[in-house]
Amino acid sequence: MTHLSEEEMTAAYYDEVEPTLRAHLVDCPECHAAFDQLKRMLDDLRETPVPERDASYGGQVWTRLLPRLSVERPRRTWLRWWTVAPALATVAVAAFIAGMLTQQRRAPAGISAKARERVLLVAMGDHLDRSQIVLAELVNATPETIDLNDERARARDLIGENRLIRQTALRSGDSADAAVLDDLERTLLDIANGPANPSAADLEALQHRIESEGLLLKVRIVSTNVRQKGQQL
Amino acid sequence: MEWTDQAAAEAASKGNQQAFRVLVERHSRSIFRLAFRMTGNETDAEDMVQETFLRAWKQMHRFDGRASFSTWIYRIAANCSLDLIRSRKVRGEQQPMAAVGDKESAGIELAAGDPSPERLAHSEQVARMLGPALEELSEMERTAFLLRHYEGCDTDQIARALGVQSNAAKQTVFRAVHKLRRALEPAWGTVR
Repeated sequence: MTHLSEEEMTAAYYDEVEPTLRAHLVDCPECHAAFDQLKRMLDDLRETPVPERDASYGGQVWTRLLPRLSVERPRRTWLRWWTVAPALATVAVAAFIAGMLTQQRRAPAGISAKARERVLLVAMGDHLDRSQIVLAELVNATPETIDLNDERARARDLIGENRLIRQTALRSGDSADAAVLDDLERTLLDIANGPANPSAADLEALQHRIESEGLLLKVRIVSTNVRQKGQQL
Repeated sequence: MEWTDQAAAEAASKGNQQAFRVLVERHSRSIFRLAFRMTGNETDAEDMVQETFLRAWKQMHRFDGRASFSTWIYRIAANCSLDLIRSRKVRGEQQPMAAVGDKESAGIELAAGDPSPERLAHSEQVARMLGPALEELSEMERTAFLLRHYEGCDTDQIARALGVQSNAAKQTVFRAVHKLRRALEPAWGTVR
């Protein structure tokens, strides 16, 4: 009989191997030695030290979590206020940025350049936060429970706003942020124009794209930078 | 009344905070262990526990009970931890493993009773190598391995958690083990 492959040994370790292969593992010294080596490593990994948390830990987590839950309610139906909020925010941000673009062409009056920049940064940070939520929900979605109706609607709201912010970033010479916003816009377009109930393969492809491009992380970093910049102004 | 995970998750998905509390209290410790194994740092692991349950709360309406709640929340936790590890990579930060090296200050207890100094040194070496080795795995591989190795999930449970076929889940676990063996060769010897 041929020796066990590494894959079969891994299956044997997790008790998922045919009885004949299991018997070979006992009888064959070479396979036995190789299996012992694998077993030693996997057993050791299981014994890596982890700080203990006592039985009260769950209660402590709950105490810290509770104030945040009342802000972040679970979304359920389309008639709730938080499904309308992104659209309202989009209108407000779009109006503001459009005003900014117009103002940049004229001599600034009334509001200082610094104040204008601060407001823009706040609007951009808010936009990126809402985009992050859409991306994070997609990345964590599972095929059996997928329903992208909410995400599609929010992605549609975010696209126009994203375009204005990207143009503003380009005008300001911030090409790195503009590139991230460009990536974000393409993904938002895919979500907005995609099916509400994608197949497992389609969902996986979209999740893979978001993850392989590190989009969620890039958006998070730009968002953090924007907020820090806003606080320094 | 003793809630089952299934009943608590169903009530939580309708906005019942007390039901969600049951789930938080029941699963926090295992989520912490997973987050610590992935991030290698107690503070980050604590933050990941919070972030995981916050994300879960926002997505409760998506939980339909086909996978167990523990498997579902485990995947969210793995994704949260992965986001953090990636952000560290971008910022050029090292995997912080100081807490593992300092048994006294970290309050660490080893699983195997009262270990010899050699055993303790080996465990610490393993812990230092495990974090970077896990970073070499893809998200699917890491999640599959952690579910299989530490949570004792079988292939079908992993397949449901990852949304793939059983055979693909089995292959994913194998690839993860293979990569880990290669990454950890210095401590255990050559892969055949």
